Amino acid sequence: MANQLISEMGLPKSIANVFAARNIRTAKDALSLTEFDLMELVDMGLTEVTSVLVHISERVSPPHQTARSLLQQRIQNEQLAGHLPTGLKGLDEALFGGIPFGVITELVGPAGIGKTQFCLKLSLLASLPTRHGGLDAQVIYIDVESKFSSKRLIEIGAQSFPEIFHMSGMAQEMAGRILVLRPASLAEFTESLQQIKILLLERRVKLLVIDSMAALTSGELEHGASKINPLGWHISFLKSVAELSRIPIVVTNQVKSQSSDEAWRYNFQEPLGVLCAVGTRRQDLEDTSKYDSHLIAALGIHWAHAVTIRLILETISGERFIKVAKSPMSPALAFPFSITSSGISLLNDDGIEVVGQEISTIHCHDVCML
Amino acid sequence: MEVGRLPISAALKGKLVSAGYTSLSLLSSLSPSHLARGAQTAWDMLHEEELLTRITTSSVDIDNILGGGISCRDVTEIGGVPGIGKTQLGIQLAVNVQLPIHCGGLGGKAIYIDTEGSFMVERVLQIAEACSNDMSATNTVSQDVHAGKVGMQPRDFLENILYFRVCSYTEQIALINYLDKFISEHRDVKIVIIDSITFHFRQDFDMALRTRLLGGMALKLMKLAKKFCLAVVLLNQVTTKYAEGSFQLTLALGDSWSHACTNRIILYWNGNERYAYIDKSPSLRSASAPYAVTAKGIRNSVSNCKRIKLM
Repeated sequence: MANQLISEMGLPKSIANVFAARNIRTAKDALSLTEFDLMELVDMGLTEVTSVLVHISERVSPPHQTARSLLQQRIQNEQLAGHLPTGLKGLDEALFGGIPFGVITELVGPAGIGKTQFCLKLSLLASLPTRHGGLDAQVIYIDVESKFSSKRLIEIGAQSFPEIFHMSGMAQEMAGRILVLRPASLAEFTESLQQIKILLLERRVKLLVIDSMAALTSGELEHGASKINPLGWHISFLKSVAELSRIPIVVTNQVKSQSSDEAWRYNFQEPLGVLCAVGTRRQDLEDTSKYDSHLIAALGIHWAHAVTIRLILETISGERFIKVAKSPMSPALAFPFSITSSGISLLNDDGIEVVGQEISTIHCHDVCML
Repeated sequence: MEVGRLPISAALKGKLVSAGYTSLSLLSSLSPSHLARGAQTAWDMLHEEELLTRITTSSVDIDNILGGGISCRDVTEIGGVPGIGKTQLGIQLAVNVQLPIHCGGLGGKAIYIDTEGSFMVERVLQIAEACSNDMSATNTVSQDVHAGKVGMQPRDFLENILYFRVCSYTEQIALINYLDKFISEHRDVKIVIIDSITFHFRQDFDMALRTRLLGGMALKLMKLAKKFCLAVVLLNQVTTKYAEGSFQLTLALGDSWSHACTNRIILYWNGNERYAYIDKSPSLRSASAPYAVTAKGIRNSVSNCKRIKLM
């Protein structure tokens, strides 16, 4: 849309020529300039420039539809109105059917908690035939840290869906649908993304897993090191590809500790440790000690804004929980889970409601860090 | 002398030129009041403001600090950390604008411009259902029947939200330019929500260009709000900046942008509660109020220790 040529927009020839002569060839070129800049550049009056911009804008604007027709489309065209069921009943209910299509779902948690296990299970689920709840499609698994284990994948498959995997050749077919890529650097990763875009848009691949995104830039995203986020392009790319191809993209992320320096607050909030009122005194003192060190998701706040669903995997007093920390459509619920031979299974489908800042904190080991 | 050569800021030049003053000679014969063409007396404006209805946020506490709700003819920026409820509030307003005036709405339609893909249609349905149930529960049926209307169904709410998906900054600028014509053809639109205004301007942008483009967008949106008497709500993300010896949270898009919007509300966590804080407003005092995000949408906080803080 942005790269539409001005010469093809039905503008009078004379105007299109003047624009081309000044190197304004695409809609993006024209709309990146203010009316004033354009006037100066093409030496035209204000009314003329404004009407040209309005003409171009109308051509380039995206179409609209009502929310109602959007919903109907999803229900009619997509499985479960656009969701990939995870097989975890409580989680699927909380997410209105499963991992949603068209957006980025993030799994974040400390090392060894089960993120890769979850990804393996999801890859398998997507490759299954539709009558078994799958997408009957290929999966691309970008394995940055070489954690992908085909052996484990087959084990999960055989334990979870014995009726399918016992049929000869099925294991091979399912595993054959999962393409594993192993980029050695951020540059290689960037290149692979561009190459698989075609596959994604052709709808043969219906799930993209990136395990893990954080490993691609470890060390490069130091706070304040650079104004430009090295993953900035990738974030936009992933979001738009997910949207255009209506597939789910699942990304895993690591945790890092946050120093007291990074206890972020706005300038209108009282600094920590200040005694505001008698009733809040104890809470503030507790707050200061808690901020000594606690875990946050890596990749920064820009990334946190970009993901649509954030699932936090954490341990509290030896028990593992998967928590819906960010979701436009679900309440914050935490489900206890365990890792078994058939992947991940929930110990309780009702979930525990989580309130307040607990929603976004990440616990590790038995010590409650926040 | 051309306005272009005057030693004034690019933003000012843009404003003069868009008002038709392209050379110094045109300006020299004017008096300041003449230049502020389209000005009204304060008395006329007061009358107009009293007639303005506002859109409820579904949280009584927030409505109170806002003087009744989100106001029309104004651009309101709402920012906050991920997960605080910006999109929730945006969707709630898109539903609430459709309510009849005596229920806190404007009986109009909503334009929802989605730049990030956060618009989850299942959630919109959930919020619309809750709204529809609340309406029929509050016994306004007799009034509506008298007026010839039937209770609004969830599908009606969804039918009145016009959804645009924007995938690049070029599309965003184009759409904002096009809105004038679009809304002239859809006069019942009473709110334009952009979720979020930030996303396509965050990465790899030349700062000077970004400032100019954002400034231009803000002006056009303000014109839209005034011309069609509708509310414009812009959702913004947060970033960190280094100030006073430590990193602080602040809304994204920089300092010049923070001057561009008339009203600014920041949603933040205070202990275990979500709060809304009026960071900037020409007529409302700085205050913060708690709210909750429930299965039904934005609602009043039911906490025992909530307090509305006046700053």
